[in-house]
Amino acid sequence: MSATPLKRKMLPVEVSGASGTVATGPSPAHPAAAELSDRLARRTATEGRPYRRVSAPEWVISSIYAVLGMVLFVLAWGAIARMGGRIPDPAAVWKAAVVIFSDPFYSKGPNDQGIGWNVLSSLRRVALGFGAAAAVGIPLGFLIGRFSVISGMAAPIVAMLRPVSPLAWLPIGLLLFKAANPAAIWAIFICSLWPMIINTALGVRQVPQDYLNVARVLNLSEWKIFTKILLPSALPFMITGVRLSIGVAWLVIVAAEMLTGGVGIGFWVWDEWNNLKVEHIIIAIFTIGIVGLILEQTLVMVAKRFTYN
Amino acid sequence: MENYLDVQAVGMRFGSRKGEFVALDSIDLRVAKGEFVTLIGHSGCGKSTLLNIIAGLNRPTEGVVLLADREIDGPGPDRGVVFQNHSLLPWLTCYENVYLAVERVFGAKEPKSRLAERSHAALEMVGLAHAEQKRPGEISGGMKQRVGIARALSIEPKVLLLDEPFGALDALTRATLQDELMRIVASTEATVVMVTHDVDEAVLLSDRVVMMTNGPAARIGAILAIDLPRPRDRLAMVTNARYIHLRNCVMEFLYRRHAKVA
Repeated sequence: MSATPLKRKMLPVEVSGASGTVATGPSPAHPAAAELSDRLARRTATEGRPYRRVSAPEWVISSIYAVLGMVLFVLAWGAIARMGGRIPDPAAVWKAAVVIFSDPFYSKGPNDQGIGWNVLSSLRRVALGFGAAAAVGIPLGFLIGRFSVISGMAAPIVAMLRPVSPLAWLPIGLLLFKAANPAAIWAIFICSLWPMIINTALGVRQVPQDYLNVARVLNLSEWKIFTKILLPSALPFMITGVRLSIGVAWLVIVAAEMLTGGVGIGFWVWDEWNNLKVEHIIIAIFTIGIVGLILEQTLVMVAKRFTYN
Repeated sequence: MENYLDVQAVGMRFGSRKGEFVALDSIDLRVAKGEFVTLIGHSGCGKSTLLNIIAGLNRPTEGVVLLADREIDGPGPDRGVVFQNHSLLPWLTCYENVYLAVERVFGAKEPKSRLAERSHAALEMVGLAHAEQKRPGEISGGMKQRVGIARALSIEPKVLLLDEPFGALDALTRATLQDELMRIVASTEATVVMVTHDVDEAVLLSDRVVMMTNGPAARIGAILAIDLPRPRDRLAMVTNARYIHLRNCVMEFLYRRHAKVA
């Protein structure tokens, strides 16, 4: 690896004396780089240099920072709660959360279900709307990216419709499907569609000319060009589109469910507001955030898997 | 000598807003079967344009190129091209990159086992049998260029076209690959047209060096026959009087008669 000698120069600062102070190197932003420099640090330490280099693993340090940030956040929240008003303090929310998460999958009729069912129904709507958007958006993106005629026709429409809030499409969904649930899925479909189309088209358009020249000198068939060159080349862009779509879909589902009702995390938030159970609303906010984070991170991992260089 | 590759009165004009730009002007070049010809000239002299015309990637605005008595009217697998930046597909392994080409050319008439054999053989020829399952991102620049050469030769082209194949490599790697190329060309008796701006590379590898004048309207200024016996040894050449003389001829052409104002 050519990066090795360079990396070694910026290794952790050495510890002066035997005071036991833990010195850390410049923390590279990239986790892989962090792992590398960490590995190198250990290797150097075992190479029997006259001095010792001590460095905690990067992930330990970043977790310490994360925990510190959380503690400060909860303290600030507690202080705000004590100032009065109706905001419940962290302890009250924690107590409510323990109750809620001890039985997340109960069901007492359509309007009273556990938080687990609510999250799952929301995820189901997102999956359906998003899946339909992928099925339409990715092929459409390919056509737009590959053929300038289609691109010329579609670009103004996409540009015009993209800034519209997907909730504005909700009545159209109600009109088309005559039911609340498909209308919410419809809103998810609309909002997921644009990032998917735009990023797929961008990926296809950015296929390097070198690769297309290879296809030309070999006279590859259109099918081979598609499977061996266009698709793998555009794949990282498509995954970016998927990631953005999922993010937007998870934002929109809460709002859509507030309007359509039924079972779902967004509806649950509204229901608890009507019951004035503010603890539950805060629990819902955290739950939505954590689920969104998991969705995002999963797709980041998928994206890494398909990045070549 | 049989005219294997025959470039006849080829000209290339590009239309631009300021009027017409003439890149190449009536180029005539005949390459015999098994011959190694180098195109050398300052940058912008249109040598790559000429190579692209032979590859079929560009169409000449005038004239015609014949390969084995057939007119070239587009790119095709009867010509193997090695690009300067290797142009390997990064999501395929070295083996798969070569196999893609082999499958295209021989897939219709040969069984899969034979295609695999051809791909292995091509990679073995460039000394990369051990790296078959690596992706381009995992190997060095020199190795990538070897895979590019293996891919170009695996399809048994009538002519091998090299566009500054070693231009992006460091001097030591370049020397190793030049030696490898000489060995491979000697063993396969390939017909080669190579673009370079490295005088030593041109003299060491070629049977003839085609020296081009500066653009616009670049022409062939002179053709120098390199009558050094093969196999040529890099170290022996350093003190070989004939080599030094030929090298000076090229230098003289490039830096005195057709010096380029930088």
